[in-house]
Amino acid sequence: MNEQQIRAMVADALAGIAPEVDLDTAGADQDLRQALDLDSMDFLNLVIALSQRTGRAVPEADYPRLFTLAGMAAYFAH
Amino acid sequence: MPSLGPDMESARVIEWLVKPGDTLHRGDVIVVVETDKGAIEIEVFEDAVVEALIAPLDAELVVGAVMARLRVAGESGTDARAVAATERVEPTVSSPAPAVAPAPPSAVIAQDSVGTPAASSAVASAGHRRASPAARKRAAGLGVDLAGVSGSGPGGAVLLADLAAVSAPRVKRAGGFDAAAMRRVIGAAMARSKREIPHYYLGQKISMASALRWLRQANESRTVEARLLPAVLLLRAVGLALRRTPTLNGFYENGAFRAGDGIHIGWAVALRGGGLVAPAIHDVDKKSLDELMTGLRDVVMRARGGALRGSELVDATVTVTSLGERGADTVLPIIHPPQVAMIGFGRVVERPWAVAGQVEVQPVIGVSLAADHRVSDGHLGSQLLADIERLLNAPETL
Repeated sequence: MNEQQIRAMVADALAGIAPEVDLDTAGADQDLRQALDLDSMDFLNLVIALSQRTGRAVPEADYPRLFTLAGMAAYFAH
Repeated sequence: MPSLGPDMESARVIEWLVKPGDTLHRGDVIVVVETDKGAIEIEVFEDAVVEALIAPLDAELVVGAVMARLRVAGESGTDARAVAATERVEPTVSSPAPAVAPAPPSAVIAQDSVGTPAASSAVASAGHRRASPAARKRAAGLGVDLAGVSGSGPGGAVLLADLAAVSAPRVKRAGGFDAAAMRRVIGAAMARSKREIPHYYLGQKISMASALRWLRQANESRTVEARLLPAVLLLRAVGLALRRTPTLNGFYENGAFRAGDGIHIGWAVALRGGGLVAPAIHDVDKKSLDELMTGLRDVVMRARGGALRGSELVDATVTVTSLGERGADTVLPIIHPPQVAMIGFGRVVERPWAVAGQVEVQPVIGVSLAADHRVSDGHLGSQLLADIERLLNAPETL
């Protein structure tokens, strides 16, 4: 999955979690929690949405790899 | 119109969810009103039948104004009651005429012809498009007229999903509330608190090592959907601890303390774009961690989506704020009147921590209490914080 694909997926997921945030303001290497003012509940809901969309189980220990769009793209690449 | 907070003066009727003749059960949402805290769903607190809707759509009603006439189960039609729908506001008998809200002629007709087809059509002909509160808010934010949107919900109601097609420009303002109006409400409530409540403050550092270890293990065997957040352990610990210090759970009104009818914790939710609302999570001490996680997720989503219920705004017997993983490490809370206590948690930080004569690095959280000196003293407050620490150190008991 490339960055554009993950960006589209995250934007779609965020529409149901935090519709007022603008993903376009976040760079690929920025921590989304900081860039978009996501709290731990928002972030957990985002992980749930990505897990459902990709069909991948995401252990809690892997959460730090999903803090940035670049990290997400790499994580879901295989 | 029920009072949904000490500083609420009026609210606007934006959607009736019932019509004359409908049978209602305690807890049913009957109307959505627009307040400074966003769109709020108002519930009915008795089993009843709708006789007439008095308040027209878009009417700005002062607190106490008659909104609808309901016949409570067991009453005859001539003894119908006008109900303002929260427990705080006693239902008042509205004879001979509803006093405060100027009702338009159509509503008066509806009132006089209770239960007849004419009454129903009078309401239905108000030209109102059915829509979910979330969809209504989104449409208002987008400047979209609901009349031009085809709805896929019950009775053709417009749902959030129906707006996807017309909502191409992304909504950038925080949805569901007027930030300036909310700021005024917060300012008024906090000024009253600082003016009237003699606060005392206590603080304590608590190791989260046991709690977070337990949580990590619990979450390992859970699917991502069923995982718990640390906030739920904090919520549950406060709920259980308050059982032993009931004078920190309730209200100070008319010169006296009144204990809460349960441990209903107002959970402070920050709204993106500024603002704060603390919807009640009911009976925290009686719910499992899973139930609390579901409840917490639900109120946080609805607080931000602008669809809280009236009871959630008035039922809280105490408030908890947790600054979360990017907050400061200490918060000194300001009590939300007429409550008598507020508990705050800072961010979890790694700190040197002495255990049996050895220094270890452990995750540590700062918990603080602000409480009303007219009702309790620091001795009791210290007991609450000690109980919270004891519970967080034994997470398997939560």
